[in-house]
This record gives sequence, structure tokens and C-alpha cells, in this order.
Amino acid sequence: MKEKSKRVIPGLGLSLGVTITMLSVIVIIPLASLAVFTGRLSFGEFIDVITNKRVLASFEVSFVTAFIASLINAVMGVVLAWVLVRYDFPGRRIIDGMIELPFALPTAVAGISLTALTSDKGWIGRLFDRVGIKIAYTRIGITFALVFVGIPFVVRTVQPVLEKLDGTYEEAAGVMGASRAVIFRRIIFPEIRPAVFTGFGLALGRCIGEYGSVVFIAGNQPYNTEITPLIIMAKLQEYDYGSASAIALIMLIFSFTLLFAVNMIQVRNSKILKGGR
Amino acid sequence: MASAAIPVPANAEKKSSGTAVKKSVVSRTASPNLIHEDSAAAKAVRYFLIGISVLFIFVMMFLPLATVIKEALKQGWAAYKAAVTDDYTKSAIWLTIEATISALAINTVFGLFAAWAVTKFHFKGKKILTTLIDVPITVSPIIAGLIFVLVFGRQSVIYPYLKQAGIQIVYAVPGVILATVFVTFPFISRELIPVLEAQGTDEEEAAALMGANGWTIFTKVTFPHIKWAFLYGVVLCTARAMGEFGAVSVLSGHLRGKTNTLPLYVEVLFQGFEWVPAFAVSSILVIMAVVILVARNIFEHNAKTKSGGV
Repeated sequence: MKEKSKRVIPGLGLSLGVTITMLSVIVIIPLASLAVFTGRLSFGEFIDVITNKRVLASFEVSFVTAFIASLINAVMGVVLAWVLVRYDFPGRRIIDGMIELPFALPTAVAGISLTALTSDKGWIGRLFDRVGIKIAYTRIGITFALVFVGIPFVVRTVQPVLEKLDGTYEEAAGVMGASRAVIFRRIIFPEIRPAVFTGFGLALGRCIGEYGSVVFIAGNQPYNTEITPLIIMAKLQEYDYGSASAIALIMLIFSFTLLFAVNMIQVRNSKILKGGR
Repeated sequence: MASAAIPVPANAEKKSSGTAVKKSVVSRTASPNLIHEDSAAAKAVRYFLIGISVLFIFVMMFLPLATVIKEALKQGWAAYKAAVTDDYTKSAIWLTIEATISALAINTVFGLFAAWAVTKFHFKGKKILTTLIDVPITVSPIIAGLIFVLVFGRQSVIYPYLKQAGIQIVYAVPGVILATVFVTFPFISRELIPVLEAQGTDEEEAAALMGANGWTIFTKVTFPHIKWAFLYGVVLCTARAMGEFGAVSVLSGHLRGKTNTLPLYVEVLFQGFEWVPAFAVSSILVIMAVVILVARNIFEHNAKTKSGGV
């Protein structure tokens, strides 16, 4: 029956044609060029490029800072989502709206203002400077910027799941004498776990590739605070397209793998969201 | 939609029907599922969690905004005004608007056609298509810029032809626009697809059987359902387009007054140690970001309550 009815609505050829053409021109062909240019390197050259000490160091900087920032965001994201869903207090709506700021504020603006904020003259930087901690121009600064960038991803994936959570199990557990900690650990957390992992994965993916908010605060010292996107930028400025493509390809493979993992979790997550448990 | 079909516990139904956010929250706090609410320990936990949330938002969101304003006005109004009305700033504003409008136009066309194709028909490879549409979101902005340099730059196969035709893309305005279109490519289709999917195809089929043509079906039947989701997508697209930095940075060449968008101009000023102008120009973007946040909240709320499904 579906077979017959689907032909009733007009526009399959046109809409599919436009979609595939635009997708090819804007996304697929340009991305494929990455493989083409990497392919111009011999295998040995490719390995040399991506195992270059400075490049490896940048992978480490990018990954470690993004990972730590996403861990912080996973914890803070759950706290924020919990507070926003379960408690009512003055200013709740404002906090709810402010969560989206990293999506709305241009990354370059976030970058320079976070730098000014955490440099030794800024409001935050001054406080930490007194105890001898430097934030701007160190890995702590990069992590700080990435926490800013990644937080909405976790909050906005966990929040809807918490909202849909069925209260009867909590109630039952409470009646049977379970403490709040036990209720959270045994009943609530298993329900929001897929959402937390999804949010973590999305934030991590975004943080690894992030450029605008990080370049200003990072200080960009080779081997210490130089992120991978910056290395690609440098290779481009030297017209070394082969190396730039090779490093970009590695990053791309990583983010696609991450996306795939997130999608696997998301399938389970959306089942909970739709209520079909 | 799903909850309407299946008998659900009273709690869930209350949530899906509770339209005003505030109302549902109040009723939830009052509901018996938080039976430990009164104990002193519970209160302590509650204040602690609210406390760190407020502190986090204050430090991570409020202070950066306040810093922009503080730094922008450091040398008084005159310096601020001079920076904001500078000719280079004006041309950067125009290029930002141009790139944003181009991205909106192209991505709206794509979003509508893609959403129609994906949700109204069954065909092989649909899953792959929807995955491919989302790809630009996971690509680092720098890589987004790089791929267009590879396609249109000096080392490209098609470069001689472009040059012959007198078209310059890399380090010119078309490159800036292309990069902006790429990074925001799925923003509108992503908002439309879930809404159209939830709505199903029955209404369109009925209209088609009664003899309506494609355009009529779209404008009279489909569009009213997706209006708010569409506007919401437009807001997201605008936010990202006007603020895009990495991808545009690769393709622009940073020519003052020619290929600088607002975020790029901020970078140029900041790297040149012109702090006050850098923050003054940033303040324009901060104002736009706040406008976008407000619009976003309104549209999101309406998208959820007015057209989200049944």
C-alpha cells in the first residue's frame, strides 16, 4: 500500500535532484579533494607528515584539552540540566537562555574576551595569578575556552531526557527507603547515560576541531599549546597542500568515527525520548 | 506524538500537554516524585547544585560578555564610536551581511528540497543521504576552508579555467561566501526534517488526490506545519554564518576593507594590539548574539508548541 501511495505526492525527481546536486557541489566534491591531494603523497611521505614530532604534539594538545574539557562539560552539563529541569528558582529562565550563548556568540569574540578575562589583568586571571596559576596562553586556557564552546551540547542532549523521565520509579524507590544518592545512581543515571555519552561525544567532536575561540587564548607555542587546526593553517600558508590535506584527513577520520559512535548511542537515546521503552 | 498513541503514566502526559515551560516546572516540583524535598540534606544538595550552576554561568557566560563591554569602553565613548563607525568596520559589516544572506538563501533552498525529498518519499540510500547532509557539522572549520582552497586555489585542476574566465574565489569574496555556506549547510534542513517526519504524509497525499499541485500542497499544507521550525533554523543559520571564523579565515586572505568579515576584522585588530577597537567591533557581534538568543528562545518555544506535531 505504501508503494502505491508514495507516488501520489509530486516532486520526488525535482527535490532529490536539487538535493543531490547541491550536496555534491558544496560538500562531497570539496571533501573528496582532500583524499585526492593526500593521494599525491607517497605512503612514506604520508607517514612522515603525520608522525612529525610537532604534528604529533599538536594531536596530543588538541585531544587532551578537548577530552578534559568534555569531561568537565559532561559533569557540569548534567548538573545544569538537572537544576534547570528539577528546580524552580529566580533567574532560571535566564540561565536556560544563557546556555545557548556559545552557539550565538562568534568564536573569535569568545576567543578574545576569554583571553582578556583570563590574562593576568583580567577578572578571572588576576585571581588565579595570585596563587601562581596562569590560565591564558597555557593548556588550562585552551581547556577553559573549550568548556565554553562545548557546554550547550551536553545540557541540550541531557535536558530533554530528564524532562521525559518517568517519576514513578524514583517514587517507588523513595518509598522503599532508597536515599537520594542511590536513586540518582541506580535509577536516574542509567536513564540519562546514553544522553550524557552523546553530549560528551558531540562536545568532543566540536572541541577537537575548534579554532576561533582557541587561537587567541592558546599562545600557540609549538609542542606545548599548538592545536592541530593551527598546524593545518600553517601548512596552508606555506603552500604545503599535501601535508595540510594529510593532517586534515586524519582529523576527519577521527571525527567521522566519533560521529558514528554518537549516532549508535543516539538511536537508543531517541527511543527513550519517544517514550517507547 | 508518540505519547498520544500509547497510554502513558499520568506524569508523562502532564509533561507533553503542559505548554508553558514555567507551569510544568512548578507542577513538577510540587509533584510527589521528589519526596525527599523537605529534608535538610535535600535542601543542602539543592542549594549547592543551584549555586554551582549559577557560578558556572556567571563565570563562563556573563563575565566574557561583560569583558567585551568593559574593554570596548575603556577609552570612553568617543574611541568606541570611532572604532564602530570606521570605514573598515562598515565594509566588514556589509560583507558579513552579504555572506549571511547568501548562506541563508542557498541553505533555505537546499533545506526545503532536502527535507521534502527525505520525508515525503521512500527510496534507497535515504539513510546515507541524511548522514551526508549532516557532515559539515562535524568538519573542523579549518578543514572546511582547506577543501575550498584545494578545489579552487592555484594548485587546482580547474584554476586555469577560472583564471581565464576572470573568476577569483580563493582570497576573494566568493570564497568567503562559499565557506559560510558550507559550515551552515545543514542548519535549516536539520530543523525541518524531524518536524516533517513527525507529521507524516497523509495530508499531502489527500491534497494530491484532490488535485492540488506540488506548489499548492507545499504552501497550503506543508509549510504551515514547519513555519516555526523553519524560522528557528534561520536563526541558527544566521548565528553561525555571521560568526564563522575558521573557515572564512582560511579563504579570505584578510584584506582590510575587501575580504574581512566582522569576526576576521576583530582578529586583525586584536593581533595588531588595537584592543579597544577589537572589543568595540566585537560588541556589535555581542549585540547581535543577544538578539539571536532572544529570537531563538521565542522560535524554539513556538516550534515546540505550535507546529511540533499533533
